[in-house]
Amino acid sequence: MSLAKITSVSGRGVYVPGNDIDTDRIIPARFMKCVTFDGLGEFVFFDVRHTPEGKPTGHPIDKPQHKGATILLSGANFGCGSSREHAPQAISKAGFKAIIAENFAEIFFGNSTTLGMPCVTAAREDIAKIAAAVEADPQTEVTIDLVKLEARFAGQTVKISQRESARDALVNGRWDAIGELIEGLPTVRATAAGLPYMAA
Amino acid sequence: MPKSLFQKVWDAHSVRKLANGQTQLLIGTHLIHEVTSPQAFGMLRDLGLKVAYPHRTFATVDHIIPTNELVEPYADPLAQAMMDEIRKNCAEFGITFFDRASGKQGVVHIVGPEQGITQPGTTIACGDSHTSTHGAFGAIAFGIGTSQVRDVLATQTMALGALKVRRIEVNGKLRPGVYAKDVILHIIRLTGVNGGTGFAYEYAGSTFDAFTMEERMTVCNMSIEGGARVGYVNPDETTFAYLKDRPYSPKGAEWDAAVERWKSYASDPGATYDDVMKIDAADIAPTVTWGINPGQGISINENVPSPDTATSADDKAGIIEALEYMKLPAGKPIKGTKINVAFLGSCTNGRLSDFREVAKYVKGRKVAAGVKAIAVPGSQIVALQCQKEGIDKVLAEAGFEWRDAGCSMCLAMNPDKLIGDQLCASSSNRNFKGRQGSITGRTILMSPVMVAAAAVTGEVADAREVFHVANN
Repeated sequence: MSLAKITSVSGRGVYVPGNDIDTDRIIPARFMKCVTFDGLGEFVFFDVRHTPEGKPTGHPIDKPQHKGATILLSGANFGCGSSREHAPQAISKAGFKAIIAENFAEIFFGNSTTLGMPCVTAAREDIAKIAAAVEADPQTEVTIDLVKLEARFAGQTVKISQRESARDALVNGRWDAIGELIEGLPTVRATAAGLPYMAA
Repeated sequence: MPKSLFQKVWDAHSVRKLANGQTQLLIGTHLIHEVTSPQAFGMLRDLGLKVAYPHRTFATVDHIIPTNELVEPYADPLAQAMMDEIRKNCAEFGITFFDRASGKQGVVHIVGPEQGITQPGTTIACGDSHTSTHGAFGAIAFGIGTSQVRDVLATQTMALGALKVRRIEVNGKLRPGVYAKDVILHIIRLTGVNGGTGFAYEYAGSTFDAFTMEERMTVCNMSIEGGARVGYVNPDETTFAYLKDRPYSPKGAEWDAAVERWKSYASDPGATYDDVMKIDAADIAPTVTWGINPGQGISINENVPSPDTATSADDKAGIIEALEYMKLPAGKPIKGTKINVAFLGSCTNGRLSDFREVAKYVKGRKVAAGVKAIAVPGSQIVALQCQKEGIDKVLAEAGFEWRDAGCSMCLAMNPDKLIGDQLCASSSNRNFKGRQGSITGRTILMSPVMVAAAAVTGEVADAREVFHVANN
């Protein structure tokens, strides 16, 4: 299985402020009654984007000037809560290619990486700079450079970081581990043979 | 060199290093349910792959099934479709499925231990973040996403980086009216919801030594709410006594060999930890949440925080957002807050001991007028045992709706949902905005006995006062 080498992501950004944005907020559970991930994009952040009566709340991603944004900016502990891959799937299917936040919840981070959607961290003040730039001019192109570990936008450059195992997997095109895991199957069998509970 | 249980189990299950530095880790036991598995089976088909070790995957249904409707087709066609899908997938790939007709169905984290599938020294994965529950047995249990469910189905392994280990020691005797649920709510209150990121938790100390397996499960269950993906307790005689004679437990000579092996996985004296946290059991009070994440907790006799007393700008913003959503006045007691719904159940607190304890106190009492109270056993086996002991009747006579097994109102992927801004006293694990099915619905997390106290008084109450629990 050949995967793209994701060395950088460029696009317009949109800032969704807040800390501890949990997976229920990213994709409410009622939209998980599905047997494929297709169609989840339209339900991303649904309950924050709509009033209880179903009217739009003017959420940043619905603002006309941010339509088509592919880089999501947010706060600390993004993606906390459940292990539902529906959360990064919904973000990805809504058109996003990468997320910049102060930090990420563990399972969400791994799920996103496996989809080839880089999650990178940056200092709060640097995220604020990017947010200010995309607010001032929504057409601003933001580039996340996974090789140089920097984000470039509107003539500015800030440092970003990413766990090395994820960065390595993205830039070398092995972010979905399935191929490698299958290659290891003979060794898997040897390891399993040493564990009595694995016997049939 | 002395090792922790985490290191020993990790080493025993390490297959090889992957190119990016992660480990290909053997997952000995895989549990699946209807919500996070159908896409994984779809991916397997797309890639033309088979299930590598079908006898090491076990399935049940819990999230979407209605707990007040046994006859199929279910009223919700999407729920029925998911039910049909998991049946089809299990049949096609040769996976054991604890369907409703088996009498063994239930919330996946209750079924695994009940069947003796969850064993010490093993690795376990399930497409559900509360998989850490199984760590109560000295297993290393991971909540995973659907692509990883695919990986485990196809290879019985997944790619993972090692975690750091934090030992959380709780010592001493809990005060009367304080439960395992309070212990974990207290821990998360101290660490915050992301304090555990990157860690596996080893829960230890005399409080855990004295805990039953069900109490240990309640604590391990909510590890993820503090950010820790894994939580475990070292296996001991309590663990072995629980597992003896369970359907999937080893039998005869194999049992003795297994116990010896299981003991060898326990952390060695002198093992080193990346962090150690110590808590005095006597400092833990009945704890309730007041906000919109499980770290926003206070003891029942404290006041709801005020933005004025915030410790940082972030804290202040968090308090303002939470109070606005929860519609709670700043700086006032949480005790006395009117509730609309009382929910007993979930993978955190839907076990026999939870219902026994509640029945002991609500016997002869009535749910307050205007409160909807539901009691949802975590599995068909829990339900049956409750019936044998008359617990279902005690709860029904008190005014609780007694349901069939499932996740129910913990996450509202089924007909049990809050309506409007109803406030729910809940024995579940998450109080996120909208978690219980209404976009303005409000959740206060607490122990089952505290839920019972709220149900009978119609307000958030101190169960020790309501039920005259001696505080000595």
